[in-house]
Order: sequence, then structure tokens, then C-alpha cells
Amino acid sequence: MHKTIGQINERIREGCARVVTAEEMPGIVAELGEEGALKEVDVVTTGTFGAMCSSGAFLNFGHAEPPIRMERIWLNNVEAYGGLAAVDTYIGATQQSDTLQAEYGGAHVIEDLVAGKSVELRASSHGTDCYPRRTITTELLLENLNQAIMCNPRNAYQRYNAATNMTDRVLHTYMGTLLPGSGNITYSGAGVLNPLSNDPKLRLIGSGVPIFLCGAPGMVIGEGTQHSPAAGFGTLMVTGDLKQMSQEYLRAATMTGYGVTLYVGLGVPLPVLDLDVVRATAVRDEDISVDILDYGVPSRSRPTIRTATYAELRSGSVEINGEEIRTSSLSSFRRARSVALELKQWVESGKMPLALPARAIDPIKQNKPMHQSKKGPRVLDIMDRSVITIGEDEGIQTAAKKLLRGETNHLPVVNGQGILVGIITTFDVSKAVANPGKAHLVRDIMKTKVITAAPDESVDIAIQKLEQNNISALPVIDHDRRVIALLTAMHLGKLLGGRWLK
Amino acid sequence: MKLLVTFSRGKGRKPIIAQVVRDTGVLINVERANIDSSEGEALIDVPDDQCQLVRDSMSGLGAKVRILEHGIIYNESECVDCGACISICPREVFSFDAEWKLQYADEKCILCGKCIDVCPHRALTLPL
Repeated sequence: MHKTIGQINERIREGCARVVTAEEMPGIVAELGEEGALKEVDVVTTGTFGAMCSSGAFLNFGHAEPPIRMERIWLNNVEAYGGLAAVDTYIGATQQSDTLQAEYGGAHVIEDLVAGKSVELRASSHGTDCYPRRTITTELLLENLNQAIMCNPRNAYQRYNAATNMTDRVLHTYMGTLLPGSGNITYSGAGVLNPLSNDPKLRLIGSGVPIFLCGAPGMVIGEGTQHSPAAGFGTLMVTGDLKQMSQEYLRAATMTGYGVTLYVGLGVPLPVLDLDVVRATAVRDEDISVDILDYGVPSRSRPTIRTATYAELRSGSVEINGEEIRTSSLSSFRRARSVALELKQWVESGKMPLALPARAIDPIKQNKPMHQSKKGPRVLDIMDRSVITIGEDEGIQTAAKKLLRGETNHLPVVNGQGILVGIITTFDVSKAVANPGKAHLVRDIMKTKVITAAPDESVDIAIQKLEQNNISALPVIDHDRRVIALLTAMHLGKLLGGRWLK
Repeated sequence: MKLLVTFSRGKGRKPIIAQVVRDTGVLINVERANIDSSEGEALIDVPDDQCQLVRDSMSGLGAKVRILEHGIIYNESECVDCGACISICPREVFSFDAEWKLQYADEKCILCGKCIDVCPHRALTLPL
């Protein structure tokens, strides 16, 4: 048995379509079986509500008198794109205010417009024969704009990796605040309700398909940026009319230490055409797993600590190394549910007829990392290989002499096998000399917790280590923890005026 | 009952809390404390019926004592029920109910303030 989209729309028009949410569907399939569920259910509604940074809106302000071709544009001191002709702009969600920084951004401008608040437009231009005006400042309401069209390049991630932090300091990320020593786990995503998880083969979701977007009827444009369904990370590019949106499903937010983002509510109604759709929409939280990554590793490829299903993440805690670690969601399951329920009402009431994709989205595409034609500077490019070390059993006086002779302020300390065991600075030696008595050997005064660098590490990572630890040198070590060089703040000077800045 | 005790450490650096415990016999639970060379602030929990006794004793030793009736201020209209605060709070003040709505247990809050910056929607603030 199968149904056509025409038959389903006919049943919607007649008011007899059975519409359920993706959360209800697994239970129905368990109760009625797949054939029974196909017969019973016509539409499954999905929903998600979470931080979707890659969002924004096209705005058209209408022409001023005399007219201006705006080149630089600010809305409530948040810069908007000025590369579109005359009175068009694109305001991106993550753009931060020139004055309030991360506490106010493009997402807040969009929310303020939707909330009916007035927003100050400020723009400048160099002035032309056809557009003589050079500056303009005016207060605008959403209703004053000709168009306000939300257009989000990357929304509705199929699922998203969870985050933890194995380092010993607090991290501030787009995955929220991560406590040291895997003190917590954060995750995002609606799991059972997620649109793409209910249509992983992208048979039903594609260009032209009607959706719920922040409380307004919207549409799928096509695949989203970084769309990578082969890895289970499909995304959607979507659009909708900002003028019909509601604050209930559109919220600006700030991730402390990271920046501004926009919480977007998005849902897709899925027509139940055949058994494949029934099976896909029977997906449960238990069936969708994500990797918990260590965000303490500042790299594109972060190590996986373990995998967990949305059911485990939502249970409140997940075990890591024998310890129950508490989880925090960053997306709201309650609002995802509201999206799916409101969309259900829309479909039932005939407000949103269903459509199949006008053009399909690639279901097997794989996202590529950036092609980098030039490598940035690495530690080995600027480190000082003529590093002087000292043995842990040597005397403090020897250390003082070495510091003087080597014209350095840092001495990495090694054991009998040449392995790094500590570090001493001129400060440590001076302190020991100023307070004589207790300490005689290097091992008595060395710091054993040494922050190190690897030779192939990016200089940017090394700079971050210096900054975060408020130190001025990093011993560079090989895989066996043998000291091969020293990187000091002074060596960073090589970057200036050198070939790396050309 | 929770009391916020503030004291100056200028004169003699008296062990105020220990002194009060000895004088009154009330077992004081120190929920959090922030003490530096010149001043200190401690949030303590004492049984309701012995609150007045502890207050008087602390005040007698030169400390300022204020009853904390409320924890962190929770603005429900800004909250979207994400739960970012849940795993950050050391006292498990926040939780979800069966409908995934955020629940806030005011009486457990010790006003450490850790949740404030963690809330993406700035729905949590310290009382003045």
C-alpha cells in the first residue's frame, strides 16, 4: 500500500487527515505495526528549537529623500552587510554590536524587530549623481520595512555532537560552558523530533517543501551549508517572512565567552506515503547517537570520549570513566515539542498543505574541510632550538649560572633520561637566593606542572597557551617528552614583518 | 534559614563563625565563603528556630547579618527551557519536570552565581 501526496492533501481538505507528531509516531508503529500505522497516519510533524548561528534576514528599507545608496549600515549599532544595492541589507545573527559586544548582536536586532520594537538604522555612502545622500539615521519598525525575509544558510542540523572538557580549566564554547575534568556534558538537538532524523534519506525534505519557521509558514530552499548527510549531519537552508514570526519561536542569545546566536524554532511536516516513511518516522531517541567530543582539544578533529544516544543524554547524566556526569541541553525539547504540536494544528486546519520537493537534496553528500593553500606558522618555524636545560639534581647556583650564561629566563628541568620533569625561571632562582635555607637543589624549587608545546602545533595554539596560563615561555617537546626547543614570547616577534604576515 | 554574613578582618582577625558555634552551640553549615585579607563573606545555613540566636551572636562580634529569603532571580519569560543551567549548578537547583519545563528550587540556591553567565537567554540574575 502507498498514498499519494494528492490523496493526503485531499484528506487534509476534508478535515479527516490523521496528523501526529514525530514523538507520538514510534508508539503508534509499535501498537499498530508498520502497515497499520501507514493506514492510520497521514502526516508526521517534526520540530526543533535550538541555537542556529548561521541565520539572518534580508531587509529592504525603501528609498529616502534624497535617496542614498547605503554602503555601511548599522542597526542598533550592529553592522549589517553593505554589499547589496541601495537600500537592501543582510543582517547576520552572530554579528556583534560595536558598543555592547556579545551582549547584543544581529540576533537581538531580529528579535527586537519581531517583538515590535523600534530599531535605529544608521548608514553612510560616498554619494553619487543618482544617490546624492551621504548619511541617514532613522528609527524603524518591522512594519516600516518593505521586506524582511529570514534566510538561514545552515539550520536544523540532523544531530549534533555533544561536548565535554577533559582539561583542567573552564571552557566557554558555542556548546556552552564546559566545566574542567569532564565536569559536565552539553548537547543540542531534538532527537526523536528532529526533521532530518525522521527523513534521513531526504525523500520528503527538499527545495520548495513548506515548513514552520519561527512561527511563520516558511520553505526549504535546499541543502544547507556544510550539509553532510553521509556522516549523519544533514542541514537545511530555509526562508520565511519575518513579519509573520513570533518571539515564542525566535530568541536571541549569548553564549558567554563565545558570542551571539539565534534560537530558531523549525518544523517540517512529513507526508506518510509508504512503509519507508513509516519506518523512518518511527525513529526514537534511543536510535540516534552522537559522539561526545573533548572540546579541550583546540582542533578541527576533536577526540571522541564516547558515544551516547539522545535518550541517554536526556536522562540527565551519562557515565564517563566510571563517573556519572550531568548533562545540559542547549536546545529546548519543550519548545521543539511546541513547534511540532503547532505545526500539527496548522496541517489539521488546512493552513499548510503539503508538497513534495520540487528538487531533491543530495542524501549522500560529504562535507569537506577547508582547502588551505598556505599553512600558517607552526611552532617549529619560530622556536629556539639552542635550548639550555638543567638536571633536577643540580644546585641552585648552577641554575643561576646557566640562566646568566644562556641569557634566558627559563630553564626546562630534565631527569637522568633527558625527560622533561619541570621548569624554573629567574624568578624561582632569585626567590630561593633571597630566602636561603630550605631549598638547595633545582628539584626543590622547580614547577612540576609544565605547559608545553609540540613542534608541529600551530603558533596560534601556542599563543593561547601563553595567554591562558599567563606565562612567557613553553618548552617544546617531542613524543617522548624530550625537550627539543624553547618558545618564548620573544620568538613571536619573528612573526611580525616576517614572511607569515605577507 | 540562610544568612549572609559579612565581616571585616581588620581588627584581630577573630574566628567569628567558630566563636558563634562555641557560644551558641548551634551547628552552622557553611554553604560558601569568600574570605580575603581584609574582608569576608559567608553564606551559612542554620535551623529556623535558632536563627535569631545566631544573628544576635554574630552581630555582637561585629559581623553584618542579612537573612536571604530568595535565591537567584529566575525570569520565566526569558527562559526557553533549554537546561543549560542544570549541569552547572553545584546544588541541583534546576531540573526538568515531566513536560520538559524548567523547575527552579529556590530553597536550594546558595547564590553562588555560576548559572548567571551560563544562561544563553540572560534569564537568571543575582538579587540586589
